[in-house]
Amino acid sequence: MQSSAARKMTPEGWLEPPPLPHHYDTIENHQAALRFGMWLFLGTEVLLFAGIFLGYFVFRHYFPESFEQAARHLSVVLGTANTLLLLTSSLTVALAHHNAEHGKNRNAFWLLMASVSMGAGFLGIKAVEYTEKFHEGALPGKFFSFSEITAPGGPVFYVVYFFSTGLHALHVVVGMSLLTWVAIRCWRKEFSPTYYAPVENAGLYWHLVDLVWIFLYPLLYLV
Amino acid sequence: MNEIMRRLLFLPEQASTFAHDVDNLHYFVITVTMVSSLAVGLTAIAFFWKYRRRHENQATPFVAPTALFEVLAISVPLFFFLVWFAIGFRDFVKLSSPPPEAMDVYVQGKQWMWKFAYPEGPNSIGVLHVPANRPVRLLITSRDVIHSVFIPAFRVKMDALPGRYTEIWFTATKPGRYQILCTEYCGAQHSKMWGEVVVMAPEAFDEWIKEQQRGLVSRQDVLADETGQVTPQGSLAQWGLQVAVRQGCLRCHNVDTKEPATGPSWVDLYQQQIKLTDGREIVADEAYLTESMMEPTVKVVAGYQELMPNYQGKLSGAEAAAIVEFIKSLRSDRTVQAVGGEE
Amino acid sequence: MTAPITTAGVPPAGAVFPKKSYLNDGTTIRSWLLTHDHKRIALLYLVAVLIALFLGGVFAMVIRLELLTPGPTIVEALTYNRMFTLHGLIMIFMFMIPAIPAVFGNFFLPIMLGAKDVAFPKWNLTSWYVYIAGSTLMLWGLITGGADTGWTFYTPYSTTTTTNITPVMLGVFIIGFSSILTGLNFIVTIHTLRAPGVTWFRMPLFVWAVYATSIIQVLATPVLGLTTLLVAAEHTFGFGFFDPARGGDPILFQHLFWFYSHPAVYIMVLPAMGVISEVICAVARKNIFGYKMIAMSSLGIAFVGFFAWGHHLFTSGQSAFDAGAFAAISMLVGVFTAIKVFNWVGTLYKGAIAFTAPFAYICGFLFFLVFGGMTGVALATVSLDVHWQDTYFVVAHFHFIMVGAVIMGFLAALHYWFPKMFGRKYPENWGLLAAGLIVLGFNATFIPQFLLGNAGMPRRYYEYPERFAALNVASTAGASLLAFGFIIIAIYLAISLKYGEVAGRNPWGSRGYEWDVPSPPPTENFDAVPVFTRGPHEYQDVPEELAKVGHAI
Ligand code: HEA
Ligand code: HEA
Ligand code: HEC
Ligand code: CUA
Ligand SMILES: [Cu+2]
Repeated sequence: MQSSAARKMTPEGWLEPPPLPHHYDTIENHQAALRFGMWLFLGTEVLLFAGIFLGYFVFRHYFPESFEQAARHLSVVLGTANTLLLLTSSLTVALAHHNAEHGKNRNAFWLLMASVSMGAGFLGIKAVEYTEKFHEGALPGKFFSFSEITAPGGPVFYVVYFFSTGLHALHVVVGMSLLTWVAIRCWRKEFSPTYYAPVENAGLYWHLVDLVWIFLYPLLYLV
Repeated sequence: MNEIMRRLLFLPEQASTFAHDVDNLHYFVITVTMVSSLAVGLTAIAFFWKYRRRHENQATPFVAPTALFEVLAISVPLFFFLVWFAIGFRDFVKLSSPPPEAMDVYVQGKQWMWKFAYPEGPNSIGVLHVPANRPVRLLITSRDVIHSVFIPAFRVKMDALPGRYTEIWFTATKPGRYQILCTEYCGAQHSKMWGEVVVMAPEAFDEWIKEQQRGLVSRQDVLADETGQVTPQGSLAQWGLQVAVRQGCLRCHNVDTKEPATGPSWVDLYQQQIKLTDGREIVADEAYLTESMMEPTVKVVAGYQELMPNYQGKLSGAEAAAIVEFIKSLRSDRTVQAVGGEE
Repeated sequence: MTAPITTAGVPPAGAVFPKKSYLNDGTTIRSWLLTHDHKRIALLYLVAVLIALFLGGVFAMVIRLELLTPGPTIVEALTYNRMFTLHGLIMIFMFMIPAIPAVFGNFFLPIMLGAKDVAFPKWNLTSWYVYIAGSTLMLWGLITGGADTGWTFYTPYSTTTTTNITPVMLGVFIIGFSSILTGLNFIVTIHTLRAPGVTWFRMPLFVWAVYATSIIQVLATPVLGLTTLLVAAEHTFGFGFFDPARGGDPILFQHLFWFYSHPAVYIMVLPAMGVISEVICAVARKNIFGYKMIAMSSLGIAFVGFFAWGHHLFTSGQSAFDAGAFAAISMLVGVFTAIKVFNWVGTLYKGAIAFTAPFAYICGFLFFLVFGGMTGVALATVSLDVHWQDTYFVVAHFHFIMVGAVIMGFLAALHYWFPKMFGRKYPENWGLLAAGLIVLGFNATFIPQFLLGNAGMPRRYYEYPERFAALNVASTAGASLLAFGFIIIAIYLAISLKYGEVAGRNPWGSRGYEWDVPSPPPTENFDAVPVFTRGPHEYQDVPEELAKVGHAI
């Protein structure tokens, strides 16, 4: 990364954008490329999760009872709390994007930090849920020893559960790191109406994390 | 003509009705394949000869395809493909719908051997006896990993999946011996997992099966098998449950608690030490479980009476195996696997 | 600021090697390993994939030697099983998938678009490192743990085998990331970095092919990624997603695997088709016949190819309805390919064809693609596949396309673009000789395998019944010829790198855009933003001076 110290402050109070890479001729073109690349990347992420959703539907079809029983053993309260956390954090990220776009770097910084802490809250609640599952023995595959699910297919449900929420949690961690990184850059006043693509892209990633959860939540907890 | 083509293409002999159908289509497809690829290759070479670069600064005209050319380029291959598809699909549908009168044989793959079981009772390892000119349906499953039954002379093949049944059928036309090969990679001895089909004249086959039934008792435990590490509780065990319900086993056996009913509970039965009325102690392995169904009076559990009916002839080899599978799945330390399922 | 591109540049007689080029812009190892220049990254990839080809080839020779006799010959059963797994994995994931896009795509795509680099140069370099990391992990796993599952990793064998497959699966997962990065980079480059004048329908056909390939890479690879992760987790922790013993479903694995791996075969073949579209115009010195048909059929193949995966499951107990649907869709792909084939042949019509090594490879390519492709359609004819599934017929089918067609495309690209990439020519006579040997050896290796498949010899067989012996000997003999051909190529190309005749800007008299920059190109590709005033495949007005040029050597 270019060190921000080397860059000058513009009269409006934000840093000059980093120099345009030599193979682009306009800054708009560069931003368009970054945005397009991010959308494609998000597409691949959606497909990554598509496989696990397919697995969910296949096994739900095989083992409807145990999937229902297992869903009843997940805490709807905690799940809903997590959903609300992520939805709110998505909102603050969207607001941060808006602020960065108008060069209000300080506001953007605080909004991003709020999102990061909500992400942390999400992980905390997830950890509580995981601990409970470990104590119950509601675990995937050969570790399964949960007596309250009597229909066959319990171990498979927990493979789906742990794999999908685990992979999602990993994405939350990555998303939080990205948000922290752009938050630091906000603090340094790097963004301006001409240059805000990093906030936008990190934000898009966070929306994806949110979106995946919006699908996981009803499938695992409610249905 | 058929014979010439068959030899040219190194196809094995045609020993089933299906083989004839398939081979005819095969000749058609391969001939078009060879003709079209040679035509393309030779046209390229012919063009090279005709239009080779004669001097260094030769210029070329601009040539664009006509609409007719593109239409032909699409429709001619499409025509051939659709014809093949239609014939091939018709044959495939035939192959996947066995006639109702077909005789059933249960096939079980296991690293690295084939086991065959007839509804009438006899079993065998490695050698499958079938009558000529009668449709035979194979009901195929596996005990461990995926295998695949392949009989080149019949042109049939079907995967053997653990925890599931697949089926294929054929009508053998010529008495003789034909090789069975395993075609789904299944480990170190995959390339040695061979078997044999013996096609017998129908009368000879009937004779054979009677003889087998007479000497049955000693063969009963062929399905038993100490090395099968995998206990499918997917569809195979569930099928076993269905059979048990249908045969009325559950009137006398509990499957949800360890409480005995008229007969002992099946929960945790597999691999248990069992005390018999005559004082012996045995382990409830597959052999014993199968025997308990077919000849319940031979070994009676201590504390019970000889109440259990004889299921010899009422349960097919594969059904018995499925029940064994079901019993194996009933373990109180993994309650999920108990009764239930889709039905 | 702008300089119009009208015709391909004219090399002065007795061309001199340019003093400054991307090759000598920084000579330290560091300057190569940390480069952001797409051309240098292409060379990094070239070295890597050639090593992979060599390794894969060595394992192929071990396989062929083992199969020389029906019984055990040189290795043990377990070693053999590891050999074909190694061979398949190396050839597919380390060689074939990156071969043409990551080497020639990287090198020429920006130049063909008039760009100075790809959209994200840093990610481009990252993708190479990711590829190296994944390959290293995979190879390390294969050598120490020795996965013996075949490249298809069918469960529950793969999840219960005692050999350690986890590092191999993770290696494949990581290589997948590199593939995604490359594809993403190319798509964005094509969308955002086209120079003035390069409209969509003025893009070279190679770019169209790479574009279609990249779409498949980006859409299909994540599914493979998830699948490999699940198998690795299942093998390590006993999850049971794909293992019926724990309630899982092995057929689900096959669907997920082929959902990637069938489109993946078009990741391999489409770039080769793109290469042929470029080379055939240059050697025939003629406009391409049916530009739009060829361009659009690439997209057609990419699209339809996504819905054909079920043709690998005809004998797995699939319902007749599913089998029929997948079969019909597979045949549609055949139609798209046929369009291309007929248009290539049409391009030769009334051309001025130069008899050169690239042309020899084109002839080989056409024959192998049509034969291999038509046997693909034969396999998609459901009732026929019942006999052929998992026999040597399938092995022959895919080697016809992958070695036959794709390697012909790779070699054609290597010979055609060698003068541009390195600024020197190779000896044409040796080129023709090696091409002849390869085409011949290739036929001798794989035609017997079709017959073996007909006769009923299953694949992945360490030992086989006596009756298959004669054909196996023929196949092994052919393979030796093939290997010999490759070694000749390796030798003369290595020598030409240093001692070859200086090529000049445009030794083929080609009208492809890339021939307008010096050979080898300077780091920046163009001094100024170029303007393209004609299409890349237009030959009808060959100017006098250019026409005098003639072909390499
Ligand atoms: C680059 C690789 C590549 C390519 C391009 C293809 C292309 C095709 N493949 Fe192939 N295939 C593989 C690599 C490839 N395949 C591999 C690796 C396997 C085995 C995997 C494993 O199990 O390990 C396999 C296996 C495989 C199977 C499964 C076999 C089995 O296991 O039972 C099938 C079945 O349908 C199939 C079909 C096809 C079809 C229909 C095409 C089509 O795309 C072909 C289209 C091309 C043409 C049709 C040629 C052009 C046509 C003409 C010029 C028309 C001619 C004129 C007239 C008819 C008049 N392939
Ligand atoms: C791109 C893919 C690719 C390529 C190129 C090849 C190339 C070859 N393959 Fe491969 N093969 C596969 C992909 C490929 N294969 C796959 C996917 C499988 C299935 C695996 C499985 O079952 O899981 C398979 C399986 C397979 C089998 C079946 C094994 C079995 O089922 O038991 C056989 C048997 O003959 C075989 C043989 C060969 C031979 C003789 C070559 C020859 O063409 C090789 C000749 C090449 C060389 C000898 C290399 C020489 C190179 C150099 C000297 C350096 C070159 C340098 C320059 C050009 C500059 N292969
Ligand atoms: C009318 C009652 C009755 C029916 C119906 C019945 N059984 Fe039994 N079964 C018994 C009794 C009583 C015993 C214990 C005595 C013995 O071992 O023969 C027993 C024992 C067994 C055992 C050995 C159990 C042990 O603990 O060692 C097996 C296995 C078994 N039965 C299977 C079956 C199957 C399978 C069916 C149905 C296809 C079936 N039984 C139907 C009464 C029955
Ligand atoms: Cu059993 Cu291969
Ligand atoms: Cu395919």
